[in-house]
Amino acid sequence: MQEIVMPANNPEMGLLCLLVPLLPFIGFLINGLGNRKIAKGLVGIIGCGTVLASFLISVYLFFDFTSNGSRSYIVDYYNWVSVGNLQISFSFLIDQLTLLMMLMVTGIGFFIHLYSSGYMSHDENFGKFFSFLNLFMFSMLLLVLGSNYVMMFVGWEGVGLCSYLLIGFWNKNTNYNNAAKKAFIMNRIGDLGFLLGIFLIFITFGSVSYPEVFASAARMTGMQDSTVLIAITMLLFVGAMGKSAQIPLFTWLPDAMAGPTPVSALIHAATMVTAGIYMVIRSNVLYVLAPTTLEVIAIIGLITALLAATIGLAQNDIKKVLAYSTVSQLGFMFLALGVMAFSSSIFHVLTHAFFKALLFLGAGSVIHAMSNEQDIRRMGGLRKALPITFLTFLIGTLAISGIPPFAGFFSKDELLAHVWHHSKIMWGFGVLASFMTAFYMFRLLFLTFFGNFRGTEEQRHHLHESPAVMTIPLIALAVLSTIGGFIGMPEVFGADHILANYFEPIYDYARAASSTALAPLQVDHATEYMLMGVSVAVAVVAIIIAYAMYVKKNTLPAEEGTPLSPAHNLVYHKYYIDEIYNAIFVRPLMWLSGILHRVVDTVLVDGIVNGVGKVVMVSSRTLRFAQSGATGFYLLVMVFSIALILFLNYFI
Amino acid sequence: MNQIPEVIRTIPLEYYLYFSAALFSIGVIGVLTRRNAIVIFMCIELMLNAVNVLLAAFAAYRSDANGQVFVFFIMAVAAAEVCVGLAIIVMTYRNIRSTDVQLLNYLKW
Repeated sequence: MQEIVMPANNPEMGLLCLLVPLLPFIGFLINGLGNRKIAKGLVGIIGCGTVLASFLISVYLFFDFTSNGSRSYIVDYYNWVSVGNLQISFSFLIDQLTLLMMLMVTGIGFFIHLYSSGYMSHDENFGKFFSFLNLFMFSMLLLVLGSNYVMMFVGWEGVGLCSYLLIGFWNKNTNYNNAAKKAFIMNRIGDLGFLLGIFLIFITFGSVSYPEVFASAARMTGMQDSTVLIAITMLLFVGAMGKSAQIPLFTWLPDAMAGPTPVSALIHAATMVTAGIYMVIRSNVLYVLAPTTLEVIAIIGLITALLAATIGLAQNDIKKVLAYSTVSQLGFMFLALGVMAFSSSIFHVLTHAFFKALLFLGAGSVIHAMSNEQDIRRMGGLRKALPITFLTFLIGTLAISGIPPFAGFFSKDELLAHVWHHSKIMWGFGVLASFMTAFYMFRLLFLTFFGNFRGTEEQRHHLHESPAVMTIPLIALAVLSTIGGFIGMPEVFGADHILANYFEPIYDYARAASSTALAPLQVDHATEYMLMGVSVAVAVVAIIIAYAMYVKKNTLPAEEGTPLSPAHNLVYHKYYIDEIYNAIFVRPLMWLSGILHRVVDTVLVDGIVNGVGKVVMVSSRTLRFAQSGATGFYLLVMVFSIALILFLNYFI
Repeated sequence: MNQIPEVIRTIPLEYYLYFSAALFSIGVIGVLTRRNAIVIFMCIELMLNAVNVLLAAFAAYRSDANGQVFVFFIMAVAAAEVCVGLAIIVMTYRNIRSTDVQLLNYLKW
């Protein structure tokens, strides 16, 4: 059983843990309050410095943790909420999962902060941008560190808020504001599910703190697939659907690309969108007890992966392609969760964070060089002008396509091996999705960096490699994307799966709850080589097709307005999902609110308010005449009033 | 005041009630019907005195000194009120050469 130690005798550790989220928060306060007063250079130093400090502390905590025998502990700060038998303490849980997420969030976060200080340097609201980024780091760390569902929810809402603020960062553009609102509202739908799940957890287990909930759940061995567990897990998953952009709540993520590119990299590719996966893995014991929910998750993840990959095939906006790719990869992660391959899923979260952040930052570098051009039909041949961006982008593309030995190969292959073990059909579709991934990613790469330049003369003159603050993060992430996969070497290669071994202890409760769950993968070596061979072959074929189409034949995506084949048209318009949502949800709501405005608000509410005023006015206009000024009349009224009072006094 | 004096007992309490009720009514009618401010003032005094009689009678019959204390209190207040009121009436007379309340209709909207 997982051992949880309370380090009451170790206040230094408590302080260190607290500093991790606190430092970015301080950065947020300084940059936020001194928005225009602090010089840009200092803003950058504060913004990046606080995150770097958090990262260094996280590294220290990580090594301290592993050198002390990897024993999880809770740092309890104070009793936060105490109502009836609901006790919520403000405390952090430090365990394997938390530490890995901390390292990922602060590490990648630091590189993206560094990149932002170059990318956003021309923006007038530089300080505001950095304060939002820092606030995001704080919320994300709170989400990851919290030792109960309520704290996770606070961080969960915090990252949602920051996502909203940053998508709508250029708030003078109405389209961007609409994208921000869309993201916010879609996330609210998911959050409602998450919140209801937390309520149900409290009702069922009498607590929201992880150790207590998991320990009670671990004792429910005979309750597999009971209604309440399915309800809890499904509700939590609804929250994950919203945050991690799964069907049907995924349309906000591509629109979220309206925000500055570092935001897309940090929030909408590497950290916030993986919160759903973190949450499911954190609650692994509950999910293990509800296999039905897991099956649903696997199916939804697979459909999302496929659907988003097909949409990705036909997009022409460099960031939109990456956004659909993110949705698709998140689908892969949920597919892995659904087949109980929790470690593979978090492995893919980690490698995806490396290469997707890299790809987004690379795209940002291209956009920067092209003076805010995002349409790949206007690019081409950028290879020579942007050598570092090109090389790093190539590494990222290879990694996401699953070409060995880049990071994506190991994680995706391990994930697909688990899917193979679970269901051959799902595996087939998974491979299909990964084929499409390789195709659209290389389509993007070829169209952007190969061939002839298709932009304007002005853009051609302006082309330049980005400054060092932007290329250094690219290089660092490229290195991580190259070697990151080796922490999860499969057994076939005769190496230890470092990551899976590291994660073993967090499944103790789940193992106690269900003896059959989370058994080691039973796939023999021949099969495993075959699976690897298939996925590599598929990726290579996809690359060759993409090369033949976009480099040899030099095909260009159709210009706007040219008639397309029906299938192409359907995919190009993203299956009209936005239009369908518009027709089903948005229009009726608009119509309803129009009616409410006209009937309830204008007629009823305004009628009551104005009516009260009118009654007072009319009655006072009438009563005015009683004030005749004649003394005799006043006396008469006085006498009769006194008589009336006496009379009433006598009879009542 | 443990005992009610014999003299008072010879007149029953009801007589005092009837008398002061009559006196009060006369006062009220006077206030409502007369137009001369000074007469109205006098009628108010009649009403006050009707109440004073009642208070004194009850005090005597119930052997309770509180009633008599109130009588003195009312007298003092009435005297003060008359001072103010007469001053107003005098000023009004100086201005409009009349004390007819029907002419005093300045308290309008």
